[in-house]
Amino acid sequence: MSKVIALATVLPVKSERPESSLPVPLAGERIVTPAANAERQPPAVPIQALSPPVSRARLRAAAIARAIILPGAVFLLVLVVWMLVNAKITSDIPTPAATWARAVEIFGQPFYVAGPNDMGIGWQVLYSLGRVLAGFALAVAVGIPVGFLMGASRDVHQACYPLVQILRPVSPLAWLPIGLLVFQAKDPSAIFVIFITSIWPVIVNTAAGVQAIPKDYLNVARVLRLGKLEITRRILLPATLPHILTGMRLSLSVAWMVIVAAEMLTGGIGIGFYVWDEWNNLNVASIIVAIGLIGLVGIVLESLMNLAQRHFDYNRR
Amino acid sequence: MSYLNISNVDVVFPTNNGAFIALREVHLEIEKGEFIAIIGHSGCGKSTVLNVVAGLLEATRGGVLLENKEVNSPGPDRAVVFQNHSLLPWLTVYENVRIAVDKVFGKSKSKAERHDWTLHNLRLVHMEHALDQRPGEISGGMKQRVGIARALAMQPKVLLMDEPFGALDALTRAHLQESVMEIQAALNNTVLMITHDVDEAVLLSDRIVMMTNGPAATVGEILKVDLPRPRNRLELADDPTYNHYRAEVLRFLYERQRRPEAA
Repeated sequence: MSKVIALATVLPVKSERPESSLPVPLAGERIVTPAANAERQPPAVPIQALSPPVSRARLRAAAIARAIILPGAVFLLVLVVWMLVNAKITSDIPTPAATWARAVEIFGQPFYVAGPNDMGIGWQVLYSLGRVLAGFALAVAVGIPVGFLMGASRDVHQACYPLVQILRPVSPLAWLPIGLLVFQAKDPSAIFVIFITSIWPVIVNTAAGVQAIPKDYLNVARVLRLGKLEITRRILLPATLPHILTGMRLSLSVAWMVIVAAEMLTGGIGIGFYVWDEWNNLNVASIIVAIGLIGLVGIVLESLMNLAQRHFDYNRR
Repeated sequence: MSYLNISNVDVVFPTNNGAFIALREVHLEIEKGEFIAIIGHSGCGKSTVLNVVAGLLEATRGGVLLENKEVNSPGPDRAVVFQNHSLLPWLTVYENVRIAVDKVFGKSKSKAERHDWTLHNLRLVHMEHALDQRPGEISGGMKQRVGIARALAMQPKVLLMDEPFGALDALTRAHLQESVMEIQAALNNTVLMITHDVDEAVLLSDRIVMMTNGPAATVGEILKVDLPRPRNRLELADDPTYNHYRAEVLRFLYERQRRPEAA
């Protein structure tokens, strides 16, 4: 997990649009050079017959078909493996059909409340999201200023970098006992675990963003005699924002991954405890449904962050 | 005393292998309204001279006087057109110029006046059609036009241009040179331009400062370009005086200051 974060901290550099670019022929278009036009005699075989023009509509239809067929094939393959596991290895893993039936049942009443420990899956997800957002917000609130300082000052960077490197790869669950001891309560401990594991991408990306600010921007600021506050507000923050948003996106997906593990141990209401509870009841179909739901919520969070990036990132507008 | 006085400037950079002397005894006096081009092989320290005048770099010895006042920090009275435009990519074309206008004239001009002044300068460089575009959406030549507008909008005492057209293709460069001549005819700025383009230097400047190769680069020769203005690129192409100047610069660069490694 930490490897992925480390690799993803390096942002791709967007290349600038060239002054003039040669027209690139679209697939299916023929390039007619002046020399070809100057031929005295028409070619014996019409060019059209050699390469029939493919209409754009057909190209698009083919692209859409590919976008559906290829992932669909992989999905089917997974279903087949799943059924094989059910048939050959252990029948404790329910069939896809049984799982589907369970899913219909679960999502039929997502927000029922039958007692403090028996609530619909909608509530479970919402409680988990609440913890994730609290931990994530804390991570962002602390991580951005720390990252800024690390990026702006070589001394701060040198002072903090070893600690960041040591703590970054630590598994979230290793933090849980510390949280439980310090906070003496389940919810703050879970939020603490989210905070301590999702803060690193924010710090690392913010620091990298500040360090990557072209010197020219700062020279512009110097020529204009901008003050420290103006430089921060008008140059540093907007220039770093794309990096910060990347860090936040990585951080949020880490947070969502961590919450399931944390809740398994702390209990209470939440999708992680739900999985654990259903395991104790041997409702494996419910667990598989929960896995699918966790993935879907992850996608939603990811696309929300993408939306934010598109809105705030000048590179992407 | 001249308007801009670069007097006996040495620039020494400390390196791991001891001190590196970039400039030694660079001396140059520039009058008000003069257009000066500094030409030399790459790596000869031309940009270092400009950075010292801009105040972005401190001279190790000697110094720069502008209107008899010592230059010791950057400021809008010595606006810089950077080689790679250095527009702020999150601001529109208009905002990139406006940020400079607000900073320089925030107290002396009203909001409406600052708006008009921003537009006026963008009009000078023929960019009034792209006010709301961002730097990522316009071509390299256009970006450099906006960079020039931003510098002009500061109403600098000296306009510093650091190889402003070096990264552009030949046609775009010619267009921008025309624009600079047009603006220069209207405003009569004092300009210090770094270039490695011989034609550009002869076409635009009143005097060409030719620098020797580094390390310890210094002013080799100064050539006065006595061609009437307005200058026309096409007419000058067959002009013997123009070609004489051109040959002088070429001779300096390729015979006397031929770079050994470029042979």
